[in-house]
Amino acid sequence: MSEQNLLKTPLFALHVELGAKMVPFAGYEMPVQYPMGVKKEHEHTREAAGLFDVSHMGQLKLHGPQAASLLEQLVPVDIQDLPLGKQRYALFTNDQGGILDDLMVANFGDHLFVVVNAACKDQDIAHLRSHIGEQATIEVLDDRALLAIQGPKAAEVMARINPELARMVFMDAGVYELLGIECMVSRSGYTGEDGYEISVPAADAERFSRELLKHEEVAFIGLGARDSLRLESGLCLYGHDIDTTTSPVEASLLWAISKSRRQDGERAGGFPGAATILEQIRTKEVSRKRVGLKGEGRAPVREGTELVDADGKVIGQVTSGTFGPTAQVPVAMGYVATEYAAVGSEVFAMVRGKPLKMTVAAMPFVPQRYYRG
Amino acid sequence: MSQIPSELKYVSTHEWIRTEDDGTVTIGITDHAQELLGDVVYVEVPEEETSLASGEEAGVVESVKAASDIYSPLSGDVVEVNTALADAPELVNQDPYGAGWIFRLRPTDPDELEDLMDAEAYAELCEEEE
Repeated sequence: MSEQNLLKTPLFALHVELGAKMVPFAGYEMPVQYPMGVKKEHEHTREAAGLFDVSHMGQLKLHGPQAASLLEQLVPVDIQDLPLGKQRYALFTNDQGGILDDLMVANFGDHLFVVVNAACKDQDIAHLRSHIGEQATIEVLDDRALLAIQGPKAAEVMARINPELARMVFMDAGVYELLGIECMVSRSGYTGEDGYEISVPAADAERFSRELLKHEEVAFIGLGARDSLRLESGLCLYGHDIDTTTSPVEASLLWAISKSRRQDGERAGGFPGAATILEQIRTKEVSRKRVGLKGEGRAPVREGTELVDADGKVIGQVTSGTFGPTAQVPVAMGYVATEYAAVGSEVFAMVRGKPLKMTVAAMPFVPQRYYRG
Repeated sequence: MSQIPSELKYVSTHEWIRTEDDGTVTIGITDHAQELLGDVVYVEVPEEETSLASGEEAGVVESVKAASDIYSPLSGDVVEVNTALADAPELVNQDPYGAGWIFRLRPTDPDELEDLMDAEAYAELCEEEE
């Protein structure tokens, strides 16, 4: 895509004003970092409150009395019993049992609010329309910005704006008035920290952001730090750690498959690739698994790096990797042959021709600090 | 605007070179290079006593964003490396012409010194690349 065709979020001018370095990402011109720099932005989010423009992501509403049961036909997740005012992580699967996208679904009562990845949104919308578009109304909210405020000070800041937000716990979702603007708010995020994601009308996004920036704890954070934050937190990045060739079982996302949709569940199967995925759950037989990897020293082990065993035989590949600014060790995730997937297994990453020892480690690499009440 | 000290020499791959009193040269990456890279998280230095040819890969600087090779601007033998970078790679950002130096060479072909860019030529190169 040429630069002329890149889309801009409603906060583009503000990013430029703040000195952000803008880069193409998923068809948008997005801030990769601000003058603070990636490392300090990462640390700021872990210590105070980072503000993220994630307006490139797709925001949708699904309307209609059957919206929940219809969406269930596309995800291995319990949507019908998602309580009012709650949000849940879900996956669109394909007929081969691979992952088309990962998404968030919230029950707002008269509709479901869905957030999908920027790079997948056109395809996701087409997928929804072709499968359930006749029975449910799919409303694309392209007139709204999406902001995330993340970090240990996020709740304190937001409580100054509307004290009701303090009563939300992790994965609660609802409509709240913030600074006179009607917002869709969830207590969730992509950093492992406590915080909120806030959907704001595009026309109000800049004013809303400027108001948040008046709080000394708050600073805008770019995509660079967003990536190291989510990686330290063990969260997958679609297109890197998961894609159409990885099943949820291989991707170690079994936790995201609801009990009710598994074998012997109340609404077992009934999603694309169910036969493959349920069989993998039953037999526990997959040839590779997504694992966390911790390195030694300081050399980052990056996406695409081959993983080998002690004899030099290739046993996997890194899908995301960096030096963890908070973890203070090289952290990565990748796929390894199942026999190497146990925590504590030793593998070697081939970096510039040299084997660097890495240990399969439990994720998250940095403890998550979600607020659960 | 990045700093380009006038007493140093430069090459187009963004290394700087300082000739010491004992005839050795100290090498690092320029302020411009560290700005482009962003926060440095790891520096792979060459091994002491290895012989490097001019333009040969001598190490790697890794930032949060990317890995970038360091090239030896001159032919010579590595006489010392900056071991402080192992624990403090951020020195490359903080003090690229001082504490963030990377390695020292004893040049084996002094004629090569004549081919290096001066500060003015390097400044022009940086501007062209903008």
